[in-house]
Amino acid sequence: MAGLIEQERYTCAIGALQTVVAIPRAVPILHSGPGCGTMIKGFFERSTGYAGGDTSPCTNFSEREVVFGGTDRLRSIIKNTYKVLDTDLQVVVTGCTAGIVGDDVASVTDEFLDEGKPIVHVETSGFKSNNYVSHSAVVNAIIDQYVSRFEEENEARSEKKLVNVFASIPYQDQFWKGNLREYKRLLEGLGFKVNILFGPHSGGVKEWQSIPKANFNILISPWYGEPIVKNLQRKYGQPYYKFGYVPIGANETTRFLNGVLEFAKEQDCGIDEEKAKAFIAEEERDYYEELDNLATFLLEFRYGLPTHVHILHDAGYVTGLTRFLLHETGIVPKEQYIVDNTPDKYKSQIEADIKATSDKREIPVCFTPDAGAVQNEIRNLNHKGRGLIIGSGWDKELAKEKDYDFLSVACPTPYRIVLTTNYAGYSGGLRVIEDIYNTALATYK
Amino acid sequence: MSKVNLDLPEVEIREIRLGSLTGFNGTAKELVSACGGCAGKQKDKSRSFSQCLGCGTAQAACTLTLIQDAAVISHGPVGCSSCLHEFAFTYRVNAHLRQIEHPTQRKIFSTNLEEKDTIYGGAKKLEAAIREVYERVKPKAIFIITTCASGIIGDDVESVANAAEAELGIPVAATFCEGFRSKIWTSGFDAGYHAIARKIIKQPREKRNIINVINFWGSDIFKEWFDEFGYEPNYITPFSTVDSLTYSSEAALTIQACATLGSYLGAALEQAYGVPEIRNSPPYGIAQTDRWFRELGQILGKEKEVEEFLKRKKEEYLPKIEALREKLKGKTAYVTAGASHGHSLLALLYELGMKPQGAAIFHHDPVYDNDSRDADTLSHTVSDYGDVPNYNVCNKQEFELVNVLNRIRPDILLARHGGMTLWGAKLGVPSLLIGDEHFGMGYEGLVQYGERILETIENDEFVKNLEKHSVNPYTKWWLEQEPYTFLGGNF
Repeated sequence: MAGLIEQERYTCAIGALQTVVAIPRAVPILHSGPGCGTMIKGFFERSTGYAGGDTSPCTNFSEREVVFGGTDRLRSIIKNTYKVLDTDLQVVVTGCTAGIVGDDVASVTDEFLDEGKPIVHVETSGFKSNNYVSHSAVVNAIIDQYVSRFEEENEARSEKKLVNVFASIPYQDQFWKGNLREYKRLLEGLGFKVNILFGPHSGGVKEWQSIPKANFNILISPWYGEPIVKNLQRKYGQPYYKFGYVPIGANETTRFLNGVLEFAKEQDCGIDEEKAKAFIAEEERDYYEELDNLATFLLEFRYGLPTHVHILHDAGYVTGLTRFLLHETGIVPKEQYIVDNTPDKYKSQIEADIKATSDKREIPVCFTPDAGAVQNEIRNLNHKGRGLIIGSGWDKELAKEKDYDFLSVACPTPYRIVLTTNYAGYSGGLRVIEDIYNTALATYK
Repeated sequence: MSKVNLDLPEVEIREIRLGSLTGFNGTAKELVSACGGCAGKQKDKSRSFSQCLGCGTAQAACTLTLIQDAAVISHGPVGCSSCLHEFAFTYRVNAHLRQIEHPTQRKIFSTNLEEKDTIYGGAKKLEAAIREVYERVKPKAIFIITTCASGIIGDDVESVANAAEAELGIPVAATFCEGFRSKIWTSGFDAGYHAIARKIIKQPREKRNIINVINFWGSDIFKEWFDEFGYEPNYITPFSTVDSLTYSSEAALTIQACATLGSYLGAALEQAYGVPEIRNSPPYGIAQTDRWFRELGQILGKEKEVEEFLKRKKEEYLPKIEALREKLKGKTAYVTAGASHGHSLLALLYELGMKPQGAAIFHHDPVYDNDSRDADTLSHTVSDYGDVPNYNVCNKQEFELVNVLNRIRPDILLARHGGMTLWGAKLGVPSLLIGDEHFGMGYEGLVQYGERILETIENDEFVKNLEKHSVNPYTKWWLEQEPYTFLGGNF
């Protein structure tokens, strides 16, 4: 229910078309005005995938469709999509135009469904919600309209060690590919079999079909994505384990993995606990070997390193980075800003998670999607020592004004290219350390 | 002639005003003669398969967000402004080209329309937003860009803007650029310029030795050129100020980097504020460069100086151009770009001795707002150098481009807009995108461009490697069809 937004850090509901782009060989079909696809492409940048960006079919609403409805045009575009593009799953997403004029999209997709086509539709009118929210709507639409067609050969909870993971929102989390790969590797290290569902390490639509077989679901998120695991709980009786932020570095990753192990025990997964614990111990050993080596630098570098930080990001990253930075680098978190339009009911838990970072200091947290207003607040803050700002491309200008170090980790940003880097996990923590201190060292010329 | 009417809140879209097209296949000559002097008579064709287009709201923002001291409010859901951060980047990284040492942060806002606003209307939200933006930024002007949602729910943006203008005492301009209104996203440029022409520009106090340059954010070549004749460029609109726009009416004349961009504002400045507009299309290739400079000399009364200038340029650059022609002779090329600039690139290729094999040009304006045949870049290109085969008017329809490139396999792909080079590279075709719209202008531009083309053709290792490993979502069936199979259906 937010008002004015300056410098938006997320996009509207149709932005969840990137959720489709992240599934191997799936294609979003936009039933929207012209420009919606371009806006989303421009927001995320370098996000075309297999058939996103300029490749995605679109009905490009004109005056005629606004007046007479666009279902005929949609039918024609879908029909020809099958001729032109070679895809495994088609998800029709709708824009404001289709939403306001009230096109009956289901009646069109049903015609193709009857022909056995793997097609799904979901309402994503921009005014409905944002892409944090509609990510769940898109995933649930695929579960309800596509995965459900394969229930017979994928009996609910029939594979004891199989888990579905719902974590990063593709593209909105710039590190989604790397993070998902790392979650998969860690959970496999504990002895699970993992449906990671998005990105090159997923098995595409075949893997999606096997979602019901999982014993339970893992949600790594403070709030976005929760409707997915709730849907699966209702549908297939799968319980879920929730970890409320991105686990970065050793403390939090170990906490996450132990939490999963405890939960798995209750679900009778048959995981060999001793082997799992040994895996965690080995990961920790690798991690602390690096931190141990680095400590001298952190403590003795005498020319100046960042001592405190403001983070502008979504709740998962603000919490995860806050907890990590204080305990594993010594950088002190000052005022923190959560700019993902967090629904009210989740705020107190997020505040509690951040408060629990330290029992001897207050870490003020502010929730607002109006990042321009946040910047004005930071302009007026004054803390001793060398500051660091972690945020989106917009914040580079702010950091320059304040003469702070700056690390780009959030959307939108033209200042950083992220390929398969992960920030989650043990190795993710080490990468965050590299990025922060390389940024600081790069200022010495 | 299209009559500029600054009393109306909205400017008509290009399809209606100029009879512009988004679908055509044939040769350049066929298009020129089909459109010759009969704006609107050539029937547009539509496609029964289409991919994502751009929309007017982003192009309107393109003309407004880079004004140094203005603020822009997108009146719509948050998604309708989500690519505008790219203009903030452009402003920051190109500011030095206009000698701006400390580029200020771009002020871009969204009224963040939500579902209840589509039911009860968003006018109240907009009113509050304008006040808040004024308090926060203290801008010299506020532009409101409209979106599909605000357009369909029927918010009275003009009234809200006028009331705010009276209250705040700064120009508050409603800019009508809803995406669904036009298939030609450059209609958004017209919308932005219309807002500037009716709300910002004032009648001249006195004439000054400045020349309006309607352009994007390219290099500052006009400073050096105009200096020869005792004039200074007044760049519109990137890096302008509200003040410099207000008195653009005091310029001796207006020129454009690309008629597709500046057509409407050039005509508005001439018709409403008496600033003559150069008719000839921009100076790309020798023939057009000479023609353009001569018209400039004529308007400024500097014919002699212009002849001397051209003579000097010829002496300096013709030998270099000749050397490049030797190396580039017979090389084939394909062009994908917006209209006018795309036509200029074709001229440039011919001038360098190359053989354009075709072009995918985003739309076609049979005539510009000044109604002058001299402004028709494509017609100049065809009469100066000959026909262009495989000339396709295609609004960024990637599937057609992939199909065509796969058949033609030119020695180089020249692209002007993002996203298009990828397919050249995937097919192993060296691909070049020049962002600076002034890069190829004049004699020096011909040399610069030629050198870059040569370099791109020579350094093909990357695209050849990418070709071996690239992923292709297009079906085998599609690549075997005629490229314009889906053009001309009923939808």
